Amino acid sequence: MALLEIRDLSKVYQRDAQRIPVFEGINLNIVAGEFLVLMGPSGSGKTTLLNLVAGLDEPTTGTIRVSGAEVTAMSRRDLAAWRSHHVGFIFQLYNLLPVLTAYQNIELPLLLTHLSKQDRREHVMTALEVVGLSDRADHYPRQLSGGQEQRVAIARAIVSDPTLILADEPTGDLDAQSAQDVLTLMQRLNDEYNKTILLVTHDQRAADRGHAIMHLDKGVLTG
Amino acid sequence: MKYGHLIWVNLTRNKRRTILTALSVAAALFLFVALRSVNTTLNDAREVGSESRMVTRNAISIVFQLPEAYYGWLSSLPGVRRVTWGNWFHGIYRGNPRDFFASFGVDVDSYFEVYPELVVPEDQKQAFMRERTAAMVGTGLMERYGWRLGQTINLTSMIYSPVTEWPFTIRAVYTPLPGWTDEAFYFHYDYLSEMTEWAQPGWYVLQLDDSSHAATVAATIDEHYKNSRFATRTETERAFQTGMVSMYGNVGFLMNAVGLAVFFAILLVAANTMMMAARERTSEVAVLKTLGFSDRLLFGLVIAEAAAITLAGGLLGVFGAKLLFEGTGFQGAGFLPGFAVKMSTAGLGMLIALLLGLFSGLVPAWQAARLPVAHTLRRVV
Repeated sequence: MALLEIRDLSKVYQRDAQRIPVFEGINLNIVAGEFLVLMGPSGSGKTTLLNLVAGLDEPTTGTIRVSGAEVTAMSRRDLAAWRSHHVGFIFQLYNLLPVLTAYQNIELPLLLTHLSKQDRREHVMTALEVVGLSDRADHYPRQLSGGQEQRVAIARAIVSDPTLILADEPTGDLDAQSAQDVLTLMQRLNDEYNKTILLVTHDQRAADRGHAIMHLDKGVLTG
Repeated sequence: MKYGHLIWVNLTRNKRRTILTALSVAAALFLFVALRSVNTTLNDAREVGSESRMVTRNAISIVFQLPEAYYGWLSSLPGVRRVTWGNWFHGIYRGNPRDFFASFGVDVDSYFEVYPELVVPEDQKQAFMRERTAAMVGTGLMERYGWRLGQTINLTSMIYSPVTEWPFTIRAVYTPLPGWTDEAFYFHYDYLSEMTEWAQPGWYVLQLDDSSHAATVAATIDEHYKNSRFATRTETERAFQTGMVSMYGNVGFLMNAVGLAVFFAILLVAANTMMMAARERTSEVAVLKTLGFSDRLLFGLVIAEAAAITLAGGLLGVFGAKLLFEGTGFQGAGFLPGFAVKMSTAGLGMLIALLLGLFSGLVPAWQAARLPVAHTLRRVV
């Protein structure tokens, strides 16, 4: 059974009288433990698709199910709760809160749980260990390199052990070496921790790390 | 409290702005508390007077005097045990209008009989009564000017011979009763009368045998003098105090109007600060939503942040005012005896600070809660 099921999904933006379709009638299945890469030119709707899967945007038509739960039917409130448990999001520009340390940034999703402070600490330290930054727990984002920031962002994405990791161009702002480190880390998350990953990228080297590559172009998804 | 740190780091990310906003709230609430305390003090002053003492004054206004000759007839009235009188001197010290305090010429013999509650050491009282130029001064005034018993000081009257200095020797120091000013200056009416040609009693105070006769006595006096050159108005001391307070005009309305204006001005300042702070963090709010922070939680965090600023300002302004006024023994140059920032006023001030926080955070909190994540992230990523 697929972990992620997308059925007849379409997204159309309406600007005044103008109808701007991003994509229409998309269908996609991702099974648990899969590492799927989504490629396509700029403006093809990759990020929009990612946002829809994360419940950050509403589709015009169609349904999205994750682990049987229909994301597209949830209220804003339920979506927030669902996201905190089931989705880990990795951004291109890391999006760490500059006023929080690496530790505090990673702890953010855990604040939404009922874990005690001690339990939260254990989870955060484990996540830091996984991304190889245990010694940078007290560092602020400005004290970290781009690659380290992205690894902290990955730790934040995995700390609550989500069902699905969504990564939007995670290497797009990194130098070649840091990009490779981040991709290796993501591959490890998939291989060792069986994390299901949907990665959006322009980078063929990044795409090569996935199990399968799909292309989204002119509103059509091809595998 | 697990979100406390998040609120704290947001508050301290632009320390200068946070501090300035808190200080502006503090200044506004300091002003509010001061104005409100003037109001409550004046209202309390209405309660100070006795129901068994009556005051007879000129029917036109307290600023017009009454003939000395009235004393005899008033004293002879059935139900009146004792009569005394006083006169407003409007004295200033060192020739400086800012060194102003309540100063009265009183008939010393009768005054102590009508006001037995005045707390004065017996030897000082006798010394005060014996000497025509003697003065009896409140403890607060003694402290304010560093005067000592036996010291001679000169006052200038803004009513009687403004250019003449009146020497007084401090012979007694009284301790005020609750609600009384400790900054009053009493001296012999005889001294005043001797030095000026036109000083007359400003008011008479009548001690009644029974307070239940007050209405009858008042009616009798006012009826008796109704057609004279100096018609009277007689009322209980408490009503007299109320009348004195009302001479300030509609202070309550004025204070409340100023307070309301201050509230709205500071609401705009605080709201502007919160709007700016929230606008700068739009992308962070979107990220927090992506992590699973709900609309309600983000709404609460912004409100809590706004409330923290205004409550900090409130604490500073409200309790700063309380400490300052009580520490300095401020009494408005004797016009606001017993001036104090009551706990009810402080509580109201803190409630206003909280409301300021809630209202000023409302718009940015709503915006944070309703922020369209995908649209915002598209602009950021």
